[in-house]
Amino acid sequence: MKSTDYKIKSENVDVYYGDKKALTDINLNIRPNTVTALIGPSGCGKSTFLRVLNRMNDYIDSFSMTGKISIDGEDIYQSKIRVEDLRANVGMVFQKPNPFPKSIFDNVAYGLKIQGMKDKEFIKKRVESALKQAALWSEVKDDLKNPALSLSGGQQQRLCIARALAVNPKVLLMDEPTSALDPISTAKIEELIFNLKEKYTIVIVTHNMQQASRISDYTAFFYMGKLIEFDKTAEIFTHPREEKTQNYITGRFG
Amino acid sequence: MTQKNKEVCIELVLKLSGTITVLTTFGIIWVLFSESFSFFKEVSIVEFLTDNQWTPLFANKRFGIMPLISGTLLTTAIALTVALPLGLSIAIYLSEYAPKRLRLIVKPLLEMLASIPTVVYGFFALMIVTPFLKTILPNISGFNALSAGIVMGIMIIPFISSMSEDALRSVPKSIREASYGIGATRLQTSFRVMVPAASSGIIVSVILAFSRAIGETMIVAIAAGQQPRLTLNPLVPIETITAYIVQVSLGDVPHGSLEYKTIFAAGMTLFVFTFILNNIAFWVRKKFREEYE
Repeated sequence: MKSTDYKIKSENVDVYYGDKKALTDINLNIRPNTVTALIGPSGCGKSTFLRVLNRMNDYIDSFSMTGKISIDGEDIYQSKIRVEDLRANVGMVFQKPNPFPKSIFDNVAYGLKIQGMKDKEFIKKRVESALKQAALWSEVKDDLKNPALSLSGGQQQRLCIARALAVNPKVLLMDEPTSALDPISTAKIEELIFNLKEKYTIVIVTHNMQQASRISDYTAFFYMGKLIEFDKTAEIFTHPREEKTQNYITGRFG
Repeated sequence: MTQKNKEVCIELVLKLSGTITVLTTFGIIWVLFSESFSFFKEVSIVEFLTDNQWTPLFANKRFGIMPLISGTLLTTAIALTVALPLGLSIAIYLSEYAPKRLRLIVKPLLEMLASIPTVVYGFFALMIVTPFLKTILPNISGFNALSAGIVMGIMIIPFISSMSEDALRSVPKSIREASYGIGATRLQTSFRVMVPAASSGIIVSVILAFSRAIGETMIVAIAAGQQPRLTLNPLVPIETITAYIVQVSLGDVPHGSLEYKTIFAAGMTLFVFTFILNNIAFWVRKKFREEYE
């Protein structure tokens, strides 16, 4: 595979919060249309790394970064890049479902509306297709005007996925998207992730080893701000090269 | 004393302080009601509400509360026109834009505005703001609603900015992140997500500021004049309900006379206004509180 074929490239990335070093020398390349799981104990830097990919850390005063992150060959920390365009292109789903206190429809339409889209028919179609992709359409199609907060937790999380998909991103970042959900909702989201990789490149942070092994193609193991091991998921879970990885996935710590 | 007796004592003290407060409130309401009642035995409530003159202290006595109400609402409206945009902008700036350090400095400073004695504000209005306004509007009277209203607006800015900022910051952080995460700018996030999500708290802050402005006494008594006048012209002297009560209380009106009782009728009117507003605020807060869990 040529290096330009990577969707996301991270080169020598160091991240600091004030004096505290959160990530050290991360080099990690992610292929398009794959699911990459970031695993590791709490505080290992996996969420920080995820948030570097759509510049969500920009608003943290003490945040600073060196190194280079490129998506589709373009350095996303370059000054001429509009961070708003980047984030529309690199969607994000958060740990706890966080729909806006608006209607179901307005939640999904939000991304389009802030881009200045006025065409009502177009918005309607996009909302429908996003909800279908997120496997939520059949459950809510008659209640689009209902408040999003009236949905169940699992539905809210799928709504948040639909909201991110509505603006046609290329990459989808998920930060422990099922940690606040029950097993049935979790299963639905996992199935959804599996289907979504046809169109999107997905990076998912998870604390759940089984989840990582079920849904991901590649797994990156982070420990104390360093990338310890990155390989095909099957390799990581059956023949980890590093002892730390081995200890973590077998539940000896973390 | 045993531990148990101590507990009983403390409970008693706490109960007593609560009871005293409640009794005082009821006492005030009782006096207001009974004195107003005897006022309305001599002056019909229809005249009180419809007559367009308020001249209880003149030989030709007229008892229409409307001029006082118009004076009160006029100064209050001016105050809100000043305080609402400023207070809300400050709230949004502090909660959505300002770095944390700046917020921690600016917020207490703003709240200091509320701790300046209102008599100082009144003087400020009369001696500085009115002369300044005169350079722009030569027609303006020495006592006028505009200057009092503007200064009152400055005084209530912290009511709006502080409470609205609290409301904005009590919206879960995750909602702000959701908006940023999909590519919204700070401005879009502020006005399309944060302000609507905090709207109940913001509305409450405005209503309470409104209520505070209606009840404000010193500034208007000093700077707005003492001429009950049914007008919306902000450039001429007017009188508010509160200023009238001050005027009569300080004058030599004999106790128990009809003139004396007018202040209770006026006070009653004021009470009704603020009571309704505070209840609306209470209702809004209960009814429209967003639940995020």
